[in-house]
Amino acid sequence: MSTPPSTEIPVTDVVVASEDLKSPSDCCKSSQADVGSYCTAESRGSNWKRLLSFENRYLAPILISSILLTGQLTFGILESWTRTFLAIGAAIACEIVLGRLMTGRLPHLASAYISGISVGILIRSPFFWPYALCATLSLMSKYVLRWHNRHLWNPSNFGVSAMLFLYPAAVASLSIQWGNFLWPMLVVWCLGSIIISRLKRFHICLTYVLSFVALSGVRSLITGTPFLASMSPLTGPMYQLFVFFMITDPKTTVSSKRGQCLVAFLVAVVEMLLRLSQVIHAPYYALFLVGPAAMAIEIALQQRRNASPEPVAVVPSPVAGD
Amino acid sequence: MTMRSSRAALSVVFLGLLAGPAIYLRLSEAESTRTRSIDTAGHKDLLDRYGFVLNDETTAAGLDFLHQVPRIDQQLEHIEPQVAAMGAAVSVVDFDRDGWQDFYVTSSAPGSRNRLYQNQHDGTFVDVAAEVGLADLNQPGSGACMGSVWADLDNDGFEDVLVYKWGRSQLLRNNGGKSFEAVNQTSGLPDWSNVGAATLLDFDRDGLLDVFLAGYWPDEVKLEQLEHTRIMPESFEYAKNGGRKLLLRNRGDWRFEDVTQQVGINSTRWTLAVVAADFNGDAFPDLFLANDYGVSELFLNEGGAAFREVGKDAGIGYAPKSGMNAAVGDVLNQGRLAIYETNISEEGVLIQGNNLWFPSGKDDSLKFENLASVMGVEIGGWSFGAQFGDLNNDGFVDLYLTNGYVSGDPGTSYWYDFSEITGGHSKIISDAKNWPPMKGRSLSGHQQKHLWLNDGAGRFQDVASLVGVDDRYDGRAVALADLDNNGTLDVLVANQRGPLLLYRNRVATNRHWIDFELEGSNSNRSAIGAQVRVWWNGQQQLQELAAATGYAAQNQRRLHFGLGDQTEVDRVTIRWPSGTEQTIEHPTVDTVHKLEEPQ
Repeated sequence: MSTPPSTEIPVTDVVVASEDLKSPSDCCKSSQADVGSYCTAESRGSNWKRLLSFENRYLAPILISSILLTGQLTFGILESWTRTFLAIGAAIACEIVLGRLMTGRLPHLASAYISGISVGILIRSPFFWPYALCATLSLMSKYVLRWHNRHLWNPSNFGVSAMLFLYPAAVASLSIQWGNFLWPMLVVWCLGSIIISRLKRFHICLTYVLSFVALSGVRSLITGTPFLASMSPLTGPMYQLFVFFMITDPKTTVSSKRGQCLVAFLVAVVEMLLRLSQVIHAPYYALFLVGPAAMAIEIALQQRRNASPEPVAVVPSPVAGD
Repeated sequence: MTMRSSRAALSVVFLGLLAGPAIYLRLSEAESTRTRSIDTAGHKDLLDRYGFVLNDETTAAGLDFLHQVPRIDQQLEHIEPQVAAMGAAVSVVDFDRDGWQDFYVTSSAPGSRNRLYQNQHDGTFVDVAAEVGLADLNQPGSGACMGSVWADLDNDGFEDVLVYKWGRSQLLRNNGGKSFEAVNQTSGLPDWSNVGAATLLDFDRDGLLDVFLAGYWPDEVKLEQLEHTRIMPESFEYAKNGGRKLLLRNRGDWRFEDVTQQVGINSTRWTLAVVAADFNGDAFPDLFLANDYGVSELFLNEGGAAFREVGKDAGIGYAPKSGMNAAVGDVLNQGRLAIYETNISEEGVLIQGNNLWFPSGKDDSLKFENLASVMGVEIGGWSFGAQFGDLNNDGFVDLYLTNGYVSGDPGTSYWYDFSEITGGHSKIISDAKNWPPMKGRSLSGHQQKHLWLNDGAGRFQDVASLVGVDDRYDGRAVALADLDNNGTLDVLVANQRGPLLLYRNRVATNRHWIDFELEGSNSNRSAIGAQVRVWWNGQQQLQELAAATGYAAQNQRRLHFGLGDQTEVDRVTIRWPSGTEQTIEHPTVDTVHKLEEPQ
């Protein structure tokens, strides 16, 4: 039973980004390289490419729903349908209320749906209330924990990390519920590849995986644990979700390619430090710590550049109220 | 309201939601702990408040048994505590038919001796295992004892015994309560099989009890002498590389034949507990298997000719967990049997939760719903053996649960390493050499036990520490029996690497009870499989006489019903294993009724 790390639903992050876009043309205004790349003429080409682009707000919900259905119908990964629906319902309700309150308009609900479904998959509890609370905290973090009109934490990473830290007696994370076999990983790889290839973010995944493997060797040397045991989490299906989707979240990763690789490496380093301290939910917490710090540094640098004489493009703010 | 003030208000709400419930729960927990310490101090009120109190009378009863663990290959030394983690078992039996309950406990180390504690009728017990030939069953090279099941296999009136092992299991015939004789030539038992659970049932209702063995490790594994280290489960929740199952049909004269394939049982999951009971009301015993590293299985008996696995259809075969117990009880006095299956819950790591499979099907459909959370019996640590029984004689079955996997050095934990390896690919997890060394660390050790009192309205309250259950051993088997013939259920607990414990039960004097001892004629003589319904005060309670129940345990064969303050029973109906129905009107309460099956 492991308790391995979790993962954020991949697509989640993507969706969060897409949520902010009001239209394809909005997308093209973005100075954020990755997002902008989807608004090129190329992306408007063939229908299937359109289907797989950020212009399709339903892509992420469809993919994450596919993962959920695959997991549930084959392995029964959910604690129960009821709990997952509760999380989704709480997230959507929260988004509607806060969207109205903070922006005066009804936000697109794809992002909330994904946050809710992510919570429903990622946390495990015999009780109902953690699902509602986690979904609510996730959504609220997006509206509250902002700096210069950008939210810093991936919403469900924040919610899940908070629940694991504050309510260990009631909440655990999804871990072994997808078994220990190859084919579930193939499912995630296929679905993950679709979105990651469109996002051109394989470098993040690759950096993290290589870092994790190398640092597993370091941990093994330090602790005397067999190398395969140290590397073991990476071979489980849940880690594939983490690698493909959570650490690649466009909204909560820095914009430069080099910076993204550095952040992925730092996530692996902090995770190693946490693992050396035997912190079971190390990946969640590593991303929780490194991601916002990196974002804050980037925003600060951007502000400094904005203050300089040369004009600099400003990233449009995704969430309502921006 | 301005945007700024909206944001401020939202931030306050956010912080409140983030920290408020956590603070509230911490304060509630502190208050609960404080209240418990006050309650414990007020010991005199316990009988009034809960209706009973348990006292650890292990030493006073003359019990000094200490379980010794199986020996395993040096290649597994780094994870020895979690591999050699089973074998402490206890089964209650009146082997000499003197009307007083005796019990048999197993040890597991090579050369270690099992004990048969004979009831001396004065609150004490004397070990007579060596005298009757039941002590020396851990001979080097023969494997390690994992438990025993008792019933009358040859219908001579005396309970025989199946001692199952990770190794060479044995059937032993009871010679008039004086001695036991091994049945080797015709028993049909495999030369080597790593049996994790077993029971006796008359699956074809021919009046002879049959043998069911459920493997845990694969048959080819000999833990004392490994050929390789690729012996671990291939998955933590989806493993099918465990031991085979074996159904041996009793042909009489101590001859048994293997009918496993013939009846359609082909599971190779890692079974740790089995209970045979009639779940669909057709008077044929079905089999519920609690499997480690996977889903549970329910084999429906189709007229004694075949078994059909219906776990998914019945709702129990979806969520894979770490099944370690199988006990049945009528928890709401509705005349229907629920199944209690234990799993693992470790704060902050893994919260599988135990299962209370409650029958929820309408009409003839066999459906179960997990109501453990609703009823408050879900979280029990690394749970092992559990038994239903009316401990305070209030008319509702309560639930006693023991737990704790490996108690290592205090303050240490192996959980991080455990979680790391078990999340990996099957090629990694299944090879023991990849597992991190335990180095004396605990894995859900030193745990508080649970004793849940049933309020009869769908909620259970944990009173273990309040009524005297305060041990922290690594509990395995629990058995309930009226050891002093005073109408109360006492508790026996077998602990891994630890002492056998006896908790003597004292119940408030205004509580009444009624007991039944059944003897079959057309049915098997032990009446295994009989169902007894007691009707009183506008309600009924159903109990089924099973051989093995719980984990590596067997309760007394006498069926015990608490009646609360009621002094009258309307009627009792008995459905004998043969299918014969019998009704008794207005039986006397506070009495053990000895009933023979009508011809």
